Amino acid sequence: MESLYALTTGVLSACGLYLTLRGRTFPVVVGLTLLSYAVNLFLFSMGGLTTDGAAVVNGDGNYADPLPQALVLTAIVIGFAMTAFAVILAMRARGDMGNDHVDGRKHEDREETRR
Amino acid sequence: MPHLIVLPIVLPLAMGVVLLRSRFGSPGFKRVASVIATLALAVISLVLLRHAAEGEITYYALGGWQPPFGIVLVLDRLSALMVLLTSVLAIGCVIFACGGDDEKGSNFHGLFQLQLMGINGAFLTGDLFNLFVFFEVLLLASYALLLHGGGKSRIQSAVHYVVLNLAGSALFLIAVGVLYGATGTLNMADMAARLGELPAERSGLVTAGALLLLVVFGLKAAILPLYFWLPRAYAAAPAPVAALFAIMTKVGIYAILRVYSLIFGQNAGELSSLEQPWVWWLALATLVAATIGVLAARDLRLLVAYLVLVSVGTLLAGVGMNTPEATASLLYYLVHTTLVTGGLFLLADMIGQQRGKAGTRIVKGRPLIQGGALAGLFFLGAAAVAGLPPLSGAIGKALLMHAAEAGQRLWLWPILLISGLCAIIALSRAGSTLFWRSNDGEPGGERLPRQQWIGVSLLLASSPLLVALAGPVSDYTRATADQLANPDALVSALLSDNGGAQ
Repeated sequence: MESLYALTTGVLSACGLYLTLRGRTFPVVVGLTLLSYAVNLFLFSMGGLTTDGAAVVNGDGNYADPLPQALVLTAIVIGFAMTAFAVILAMRARGDMGNDHVDGRKHEDREETRR
Repeated sequence: MPHLIVLPIVLPLAMGVVLLRSRFGSPGFKRVASVIATLALAVISLVLLRHAAEGEITYYALGGWQPPFGIVLVLDRLSALMVLLTSVLAIGCVIFACGGDDEKGSNFHGLFQLQLMGINGAFLTGDLFNLFVFFEVLLLASYALLLHGGGKSRIQSAVHYVVLNLAGSALFLIAVGVLYGATGTLNMADMAARLGELPAERSGLVTAGALLLLVVFGLKAAILPLYFWLPRAYAAAPAPVAALFAIMTKVGIYAILRVYSLIFGQNAGELSSLEQPWVWWLALATLVAATIGVLAARDLRLLVAYLVLVSVGTLLAGVGMNTPEATASLLYYLVHTTLVTGGLFLLADMIGQQRGKAGTRIVKGRPLIQGGALAGLFFLGAAAVAGLPPLSGAIGKALLMHAAEAGQRLWLWPILLISGLCAIIALSRAGSTLFWRSNDGEPGGERLPRQQWIGVSLLLASSPLLVALAGPVSDYTRATADQLANPDALVSALLSDNGGAQ
């Protein structure tokens, strides 16, 4: 299970990073979302992965580390709020600049500066 | 008294909620409430500072959960100083904003209080994950404040600012996760105690986590490869917000100081001060890059934004020296530079308002109707920020240069002195163009509101005040540096009730 988990986290963060480095706001927002998913998975695994563990301590027996779960919960909430804000900001930027480039430039402008 | 520690967080939160609720209320009520809340915050932080100055480290266990299990707020000399600095800066900003900037968009005062809550929380918390949460609180408020009033340049710089900081938050979480996985705790004092007996095979993991944290704090503090968002964002932000942002880079510097002196301090064995070479060389490189920026800036706001970067480089060079003397002098310089650059942002906006179409661009414009007073304040601010005696910048820089050791002087002295010279050149060029090389014709522009004059004078007057009080202030920063150099005191203050780390 560990290798599958690690692979999932790695692929998610690689895709997230790639999309975050794109030039348009929509892929950037999607990339940030993927990145936050990867981070949540990563945080969750940091307490050690346990199968069949109790969610809370009840006597003996193995139990899952509760702290990463609390951290992930907080991170998810903050991540949702941030994503919502980033989406609204991207739409506002699209409306005000007239295009969705992260630098607010049109394609033609870049051609001109290159010349 | 024990509950006083939590007030710098709870008071702005409560006021923020009240002000957001009454967002359609009269501007008068909002202004009075906001100014009173900020003044009350300053009084509270002054009481906290007097308490912390006695050298005792006190903590507040939220919900009565004792450390290392619960979340704690820690009050020591450093956090008390930073909270007081924040509230003093906030008074200047909020009074300035009452001159009309707050009504250019909605919810200015509510967001402003929430931002104060985030900043104070980041300074007071003793828990690594809680530091992340407060970073998010202050960032969320700052995103909205940066966009206050709208406009193309603001939205454009906000896109960069938001995306970069979201990526930074992801990195912060990864670093926190790594450190939790390796040490099994999130309480900073407990983590410091546990690093001493860290199994050897985990030291690589902890090193990775620590350096990831440096990237995150470096992004907030705007160190060399991570500063490109700063000049445009600060130049585009509304004046009171830009002035408050002067403390935001210092949040990053505070976090570097706190985390690496406490967790990776003298007890961490081979992991101790692992950030030092990185911070030292990158700080010098930041100074050089920022100095070029200062010389190249063609807009007064951009010029001040690059001056913020110069101060970041100077402060981080002090962090990189990693001696108590350097820490003491950098804290003195930090107080000076935060208040003065904040004041300069406000002043730049006033000059821009009165120049009308020419704005803050450094070009010939019409003569100013209140040019004399503006020029006087500009002269005071420029002399202070460039580090000319007899103002506080000179004292701060002299302390810092004196603290450098022989090998470091070779690098620090020329770079710091040349950057000061370049700042003088750029500022005098800007000042003479703005105030002397004006076109013929009648002085124009509207008279500026009284609140703006009060706000800007408050912040700029801190520089002569810091000179007059240089003795007590530097005594305090010296004691702060000694406290930071001795993290055992904090660890034992927090963990003694529980018989140490279990």
